[in-house]
Amino acid sequence: MQLSTKHLLGIKDLPPSDISLILSTAQQFKEVLQRPIKKVPSLRDVTIVNLFYENSTRTRISFELAEKRLSADTINFAASGSSVSKGETLLDTVNNILSMKVDMVVMRHSASGAPHFLSKHLPDTAIVNAGDGINEHPTQALLDAFSITEKLGTLEGKKILLIGDIMHSRVALSNIYLLSKMGAEVMLSGPPTLMPKYMEAALGVKIEYNLKKALAWCDVANVLRIQLERQNQVLFSSLREYNRAYGVTSKLLNEIDKEIMIMHPGPINRGVEIDSDVADSSQSVILKQVENGVAVRMAVLYLLSGKKELNS
Amino acid sequence: MQVLLSPQQLDLTIKRLCYQLLENDDNLSDVVFVGIQPRGVQFSNRIIDFISEISNSEKPSYGLLDITFYRDDIREELHIPKETTLTQSIEGKKVVLIDDVLYTGRTIRAALDALQDFGRPQKVMLCVLVNRRFNRELPIQPDFYGIAIDTTASQKVKVDNENNRVILY
Repeated sequence: MQLSTKHLLGIKDLPPSDISLILSTAQQFKEVLQRPIKKVPSLRDVTIVNLFYENSTRTRISFELAEKRLSADTINFAASGSSVSKGETLLDTVNNILSMKVDMVVMRHSASGAPHFLSKHLPDTAIVNAGDGINEHPTQALLDAFSITEKLGTLEGKKILLIGDIMHSRVALSNIYLLSKMGAEVMLSGPPTLMPKYMEAALGVKIEYNLKKALAWCDVANVLRIQLERQNQVLFSSLREYNRAYGVTSKLLNEIDKEIMIMHPGPINRGVEIDSDVADSSQSVILKQVENGVAVRMAVLYLLSGKKELNS
Repeated sequence: MQVLLSPQQLDLTIKRLCYQLLENDDNLSDVVFVGIQPRGVQFSNRIIDFISEISNSEKPSYGLLDITFYRDDIREELHIPKETTLTQSIEGKKVVLIDDVLYTGRTIRAALDALQDFGRPQKVMLCVLVNRRFNRELPIQPDFYGIAIDTTASQKVKVDNENNRVILY
């Protein structure tokens, strides 16, 4: 059994069997990470470049740890401080790196579709999308799914709520694709200005603008970050107003009579989309998500690395 | 197809191996039994069940080990990992690796590598049901085995758990 794809560009084109395979493999890697020596030799013949054209803490460290715990050789590339500022194109940069015998590319880029573009030009190199613009962030959706499954046993039939900046969130889009494929129900909540118009019709999700009603409906609430850096116009009047209308507060959670699971992909804007006491409460699995991220990324890299020889 | 061990012979063989294991080390408190995923599991479960029955001490320390991430043929064929349940430390313990068939020795080599990540054992021993003596590719020999057979590489040995027997075909 192996993945049907050579790259992980997004969840959109990933069949459910691939998703299940990644999640079940991640389970075994999670066990590896509990051992006294948290390292396996599987990828010791593989060199991976982490190509980050956009800032990142969690994803970059998580990928790097995953690579190191698989014994891969890693190179870190950040666009700032590189020849990108001299005008080198993405394809040239990557081709130069690959000519030094690099096998896999993990990339984050602010342009949606950048990894897809790269995969068309470099069909023989495994490419892992670590977030592209406002399009997708597949490994985040996979680790979210892993965290939900870990706590609730399954995704099937579970009610998942995504709150906040749906329009600019690649986490939201990847999550919607993945959760729908795996049989979960998805609802979106947030200000109408941050809600893409055709989401309901195009992706078969529910939309509820009243946050309290939405929270009362769900089993899991995934709170998204307000992406101020991607908003080039005023979409709500102030952060304080946003917090009053769509911030997840303990007061709001106390008013509904069930304990829902709280998630956040990070980085958190405390006091904006989520209050500190909620983020740090026992309902929150935010740090668990980060922990699971390493195991999920190990699974993705392990499963994609096997393809190398098959195509040569 | 040839039956190497009938159900009755297989039961006797497993019982004999258990007595041998106990004879070798009657104090089970410093022994950890490790069944190798996936095919060693049925055999190692039966070993543990019978050892629990005949020894007076508490249930032996036992875990399963998946060696997928340590294989040396990972670029030829990608294998899907199974569960590892070995959680106890093996530091300073005597480890008995249990697998169904010893053939090329590569699985055991991978298992020895994997074991190192769980601590430094005092000693590692190998117990297999079938010892295929020809076609070994690494210098690995069992300490305990059910039967030894001499076969060519084109033949296959299977522990048929469904019918409780060992066959050659």
